[in-house]
Amino acid sequence: MGNYLVAMSVTAGIYALMALGVNLTWGLAGMVNLGLAGFFAVGGYVTALLTKAGAAIPVGMVAGALVAALAGAVVALITARLRADYLAIVTLGFSESVRIVAANEIWLTNGSDGIAGIRGPWRATVSPTAYNLIFLAIVLSVLIVVLFVMHRLAAAPFGRVLRALRDDEDVAAVAGKTVLLFKVKAFAIGAGVLGLAGTLYVHDTSYIAPDIFAPLLTINIVLALVLGGVGNNAGAVVGAVGLVILLEGSRFAAPLLPFLSAAQIAAIRELLISGLLLVILRILPGGLVPERVAPE
Amino acid sequence: MTAALSDVPQLVLNGVMSGAILTVPAIGLTAIYAVLRFPNFAVASHATVGAFAGYLANVMLGWPLVPAALAAFLVAGVIGVVSDWVVLRPLRPAGLITVTIASVALMIALENLVRLGFGNALRDYDLPILRDWRFAGLRVGPQQLEDLAIAVVAVGVLFAVLHLTRVGKAMRAVADNPTLAAIKGIDAAKIALLVNFVAMGLAGLGGMLIGLDTSIDPLTGFRTLLAVFAAAVVGGLGSIPGAVMGALTVGIAEELSQLALPPDYRTVVGFLAILLVLTMRPRGLLGARSY
Repeated sequence: MGNYLVAMSVTAGIYALMALGVNLTWGLAGMVNLGLAGFFAVGGYVTALLTKAGAAIPVGMVAGALVAALAGAVVALITARLRADYLAIVTLGFSESVRIVAANEIWLTNGSDGIAGIRGPWRATVSPTAYNLIFLAIVLSVLIVVLFVMHRLAAAPFGRVLRALRDDEDVAAVAGKTVLLFKVKAFAIGAGVLGLAGTLYVHDTSYIAPDIFAPLLTINIVLALVLGGVGNNAGAVVGAVGLVILLEGSRFAAPLLPFLSAAQIAAIRELLISGLLLVILRILPGGLVPERVAPE
Repeated sequence: MTAALSDVPQLVLNGVMSGAILTVPAIGLTAIYAVLRFPNFAVASHATVGAFAGYLANVMLGWPLVPAALAAFLVAGVIGVVSDWVVLRPLRPAGLITVTIASVALMIALENLVRLGFGNALRDYDLPILRDWRFAGLRVGPQQLEDLAIAVVAVGVLFAVLHLTRVGKAMRAVADNPTLAAIKGIDAAKIALLVNFVAMGLAGLGGMLIGLDTSIDPLTGFRTLLAVFAAAVVGGLGSIPGAVMGALTVGIAEELSQLALPPDYRTVVGFLAILLVLTMRPRGLLGARSY
């Protein structure tokens, strides 16, 4: 049970990181990212390939985050001048394309079989229980650093400009802000955090395959963010914990329905997640921890 | 395996056929965008719903192709109206991003309702297997021609309704200038309802037409999502003639891509088309207000 709780905390930490990355772009800058699974995948594959080739794990992780950030910058550059709906389309297309490339470039990614045996920090030298604890400590440290950086960014002039962009782009432009640059920066940072979460994920599970990056992952993270309150960093973490409790709870409920096939049980879980997201969007638009807007 | 240069005429022919079928759901997507101003990702799941409604009519009830296709249109249309009314319409005041994300959640929910009922197994329509026709070195299946005919008739009827009837004019008026349409006494809510019915019906019909060529499963709609969006964006989001041109362009481009890329990359071609158009000409080929 202790091991299980540690493993679930790691998952919650990784989800929280992803929610923080999305919160910067969506919550602050008002830019939607429906392809967050794609940036997560880019980070994961980069570190998987680099560490397999002999690079140190921290090098792989930093590289994974940087490549994901670069991909985010390109996506934002292409769509920054357009309405938000184009960003939605392009990001979703991006993540699907990453998935298809990952499934087909077998020489690089081993196709849909995925890459197994990815190294983890000190995995070879300590017991599995100790390893889980070490990894949890790493995830929590990364989470605290990112949380702090996001908190500072939101409070800094940078964050104020992003909120101004979200509320009225034209006004921000008239005030002399280079809208394009701010949008690209915000999106690149957000994508970088998603990529970082991806690197943690693959070093934790030692495995990466295209299936992991299905659109449901995107819905999961959006749900975590909406649950916690869009625009709020603490809310992103609270939402991620809530999401993991929900996902794991539904796993325990599955044996209560023995007359259903595995596909049907999976379908019910996905129905619950997407249905819950729709309900929360409807009744709790501010989330559990709404963004505090400073009085003018 | 990539195709050879001598296959180009056959590839173009295949592209026109698949592009014409792609026109049907692409018009659905672009019509909703024109009137309600958001990209409705749930088009994908309505394509799946239509494909399964057509399957039930064709295989369980033994209906021939054309009535089964009508069933696909009607069932997807009705579910489109109901799901929009219950799920998306109340969220519209919350803004573009909220409705767009809600449409993705709706897409996954509907897809999983179909999975709950039918499982993940591949299913085939009950159709006679016919020998391909050959002329001038080209191959074409009689079934493909029948699918093409259904698509052309559906699009033709839609254009006739839009341009020749009062309600069609009202739809175009709301899309063109909602304020002016409201002043002229057109009930925008009623038009939105109607557009949802027709658009999701077309998505459903499109899903069935796509499924006729291969097999169907709950992901049938999602697999074509990028191609449908590519068609609408290439033609100009919100422009119905644009969706026709965009769909044909994407259909032909997907086929010609086989000269250089393995067939699994067809979907990526749609994404590349979106990127190319957004970089060079964001309005699309025919769109006038897709910014």
